[in-house]
Amino acid sequence: MKPVHKDLLRLATVGSVDDGKSTLIGRLLVDTRQLFDDQLDAVAAASEKRGVGDLDLSFVTDGLRAEREQGITIDVAYRYATTPTRKFIIADCPGHVQYTRNMATGASTADLALVVLNVEHGLKEQSRRHLCIAALLGVRSIVVAVNKMDEVNWSESAYLSVVDELETLAKELGFESVISIPVSALLGDNVVDPSPNTPWYTGPTVLHALETSDAGSWTTTNRGARLPIQWVLRQPGGGRTYAGMLNGSSLHVGDKVTLLPANIETTVGAINSGSGPLDEAHAGLSIDVDLAAETDAGRGDLIATAPLPTVTKEFTATICWFGENPLQVGQRLRLKHTTKVTPVRVSALTGVVDIATLSVDETSGLSTNEIGLATLQTADSLAVDDYRDNRVTGSFVLIDAVTNATVAAGMVGRAAFL
Amino acid sequence: MIDHLDLLESHAIFILREVVAECERPVLLFSGGKDSAVLLHLAAKAFAPQALPFPVMHIDTGQNFPEVLEYRDRAVESIGARLVVAKVQDSIDQGKVVDPGPMGSRNRLQTVTLLDAITDNGFDAAFGGARRDEDKARAKERILSFRDAFGQWDPRQQRPELWQLYQGKVNPGEHLRAFPLSDWTELDIWQYIEREAMDLPSIYFAHERDVVLRDGMWLAVGPFVEPAPGEKVERLTVRFRTVGDANCTGAVLSNAATLAEIIDEVAIANVSERGATRADDRFSETAMEDRKREGYF
Repeated sequence: MKPVHKDLLRLATVGSVDDGKSTLIGRLLVDTRQLFDDQLDAVAAASEKRGVGDLDLSFVTDGLRAEREQGITIDVAYRYATTPTRKFIIADCPGHVQYTRNMATGASTADLALVVLNVEHGLKEQSRRHLCIAALLGVRSIVVAVNKMDEVNWSESAYLSVVDELETLAKELGFESVISIPVSALLGDNVVDPSPNTPWYTGPTVLHALETSDAGSWTTTNRGARLPIQWVLRQPGGGRTYAGMLNGSSLHVGDKVTLLPANIETTVGAINSGSGPLDEAHAGLSIDVDLAAETDAGRGDLIATAPLPTVTKEFTATICWFGENPLQVGQRLRLKHTTKVTPVRVSALTGVVDIATLSVDETSGLSTNEIGLATLQTADSLAVDDYRDNRVTGSFVLIDAVTNATVAAGMVGRAAFL
Repeated sequence: MIDHLDLLESHAIFILREVVAECERPVLLFSGGKDSAVLLHLAAKAFAPQALPFPVMHIDTGQNFPEVLEYRDRAVESIGARLVVAKVQDSIDQGKVVDPGPMGSRNRLQTVTLLDAITDNGFDAAFGGARRDEDKARAKERILSFRDAFGQWDPRQQRPELWQLYQGKVNPGEHLRAFPLSDWTELDIWQYIEREAMDLPSIYFAHERDVVLRDGMWLAVGPFVEPAPGEKVERLTVRFRTVGDANCTGAVLSNAATLAEIIDEVAIANVSERGATRADDRFSETAMEDRKREGYF
């Protein structure tokens, strides 16, 4: 078999606990024959041992001892699938509110979110929270599996009432592509094969929706090329090249670029990649470039093409707070943005997001797993894009300076729906 | 559109550079297996034309396949890297672990040798070739995986790891494990080895060998595996799908003698590589998780 070139879709599961995210992923993997015989045997053996039936499909991804004991997902499981048309990287995310940080980890690099809702419960607060976080994280396409249809006797009206509620929220959150599907993850209806139990549904199966989605790669935009410098490579003969992973738009030899934050204009002399010299590099490639101007560029600087990012020491951002103690005005932390780490101070907390209403309310501090708006002041100048223009140069994490724990995810700017 | 191998390569190189930039003393763990071979190849690419900015470390159980040791020395020399060898035998001689005997498995003892070597050398980051598709516990682990002063992995308290913001700062005594091949599958590894025309230990390719069938696995007869009474030694055409200790790594019956033939075989395999070949993962439902908690690779 010759390796066939296939494009890659990164997806994350989104939704409340017990709505069946892990079971749906297990079902997808089993029915598309991604599992090896011994892995399937191991799932069957674990199911028997824990008295949960012949084959508990959630055990395909819930691999930790504590997860199997409690029947919940604690942290993201990454699974890999290949079908005749596509390669998939699947992040199966936890639904519990206390593991929101792990859900955000899985969804931050997703091109598409696979939303799982229980038809009997509709949009629980945790479903709304996850959809809100997915939207904030820049996911634009969702496939919505309305699950446990077998438990409502395949009722079209039950399905439609959940879809109604979902579509109202999805519109508010600004998702561009929404495909809803009535499924039973447990029994496999409309997951890989169309179901005989839903004659009133004529849309795609979950697999078909994933295989045909036109959600673009999360690192690619048409709002300028961005090359955050990771490392300076010294070339034989005394020259230097600047190494990093390209994102945003493509970069070409001869492109006019600006080195930021120093604001030096120059041109790209040569581009090297793991496979040798290139005339054009696409987003997602690790490259090193040679610049025409003599500069003292180094790690943390950014090579960019127009439209250029903003160079600033103060900006507003949307923050998902993961720390144990509340985030407060005046708090000092470290901030990592692209390849640069700088001290940061919270100069203002503008508000906290009410997940139920999406309104922004006044607050004096952000508690664990709350989402808020803040103004940050950094010690060093950063070249930032609005997160909606670029998910790499618009994102950052906040770090506790003592424990080095990652305590927040941040996005430059403010989503339209907030 | 970019080829998926280019994307995987680029991501791995990005991780290698981030860790080297953020950590003080990284090291690359090298077993001589195919995954660590790909990792070393990528590390050389990430910093070319400069020399590798960190040493390569082999945790030597003393129960190696000789072909793998030959390959280790060849690979390290061709890249010009500095090799550190930490021996499980030394841990046994120092009384830190109990000698399981000449035929016993030293797999679990490696953890002590590894943690001591990390402490003694002051390493704060160790690159490993682990892939998330290998095992259900590995599927849960971050690309930069934090270890406390005892080398423990706590799967309930992993650092959030969003976007490509790999955050590598640790306090003295703590360290990171970094897994640049996290998103690679077994098939990706073989396709990449073929594309890059990489050298590998000869035991990955079909060859004739004396083997015995034990617990459903074909073990190579040699200094670490003696046939037990009643076990029949057979000379068969086999190859190894993974490389671990000679006494707990099974061979698979195979005629795949070239990379193209191996890729064909892997693409249609119906048993996972660890399920087919690794006795060390068969102890319990969560054998890998338990070992990782103790500080294993």
